[in-house]
Amino acid sequence: MHASDDGPHGHHHEHDHSELSDTALRVRALESVLVEKGYVEPDALDAIIETYETRIGPRNGARVVAKAWADPAFRDGLRRDATAAIASLGFGGRQGEHMVAVENTPEEHNLVVCTLCSCYPWPVLGLPPVWYKSAAYRSRAVIDPRGVLADFGVTLPEGTRLRVWDSTAEIRYLVLPMRPAGTEGWSEEALADLVTRDSMIGTGLARAPGGVAA
Amino acid sequence: MKPLNAMTAALEPVAPLPRCAEEPVFREPWEASAFAMTVALHQRGLFTWSEWAECLGEAIRAAQAEGDPDLGDTYYRHWLLALETMVARKGVAGAALLAQRQAAWDRAAHATPHGQPILLENDPLFTRGA
Repeated sequence: MHASDDGPHGHHHEHDHSELSDTALRVRALESVLVEKGYVEPDALDAIIETYETRIGPRNGARVVAKAWADPAFRDGLRRDATAAIASLGFGGRQGEHMVAVENTPEEHNLVVCTLCSCYPWPVLGLPPVWYKSAAYRSRAVIDPRGVLADFGVTLPEGTRLRVWDSTAEIRYLVLPMRPAGTEGWSEEALADLVTRDSMIGTGLARAPGGVAA
Repeated sequence: MKPLNAMTAALEPVAPLPRCAEEPVFREPWEASAFAMTVALHQRGLFTWSEWAECLGEAIRAAQAEGDPDLGDTYYRHWLLALETMVARKGVAGAALLAQRQAAWDRAAHATPHGQPILLENDPLFTRGA
């Protein structure tokens, strides 16, 4: 990175070398020590990264929600034992071991936060967005949840109660948003397209047919 | 929906939420590595997830106490610090060993032409098994 024109002769000497940031140095140091000591394997680390970059994300959760909308028996099962219901669709594992589904109704809206760090249901939502990890969200979701919703452009009808769920290392919540009107008879695939990530955290609503938030 | 600027202006006095429509899962390769190491170490039973959440929470609180605005974009910095702390706590690698290894990687980087893969072996002082 340090190309330099060296001196009066006008010819270029190759002084280019590499640089690693302090953070990158710390991570490389840690990784090389852990690999040497046999605690981690590079291939396994690559596989984990690939999984979370490409295979695990909110599309999984959207399928869960769409099935709950379309299939009352599945919805009942989801409310009784979310972990098992979600696993029946093939989603499970890390940070989804103890799932609880909380259902939005005209009377009650649910909002999920992790005030301690950023516990989040990875198998159904992937890794959390930056705002979920911010101090502002972690504190304001508890102190002023309606203000947070307003920030996201969501206004609840008068009389709708707002419940805030604080995730922990043990329990992860998935919000089951309300099914938008005008979607009777839709396929699960079509319904899943209406389910946004934010609607499963509670900072948003499912999209209405036609694209706008319901 | 109200205009976004009116919405944010109204909320300016309280901490604004850092919003961004689409963001990559990991912004830099080191974030992905730190994440994957933690998942792998948890998987092999070095610590429980509760221990991890506690340790990460401590790192976040400490950073906030030192003035980090904690907008969510420094999350993996806290994560990395928590991981170093955990690894030391569990007796896997202490701060001295890690500092030594960081210096080795720094020398290796400086000895590697730009564009070439940086290998620990490129460290002029490298000896296998050291």
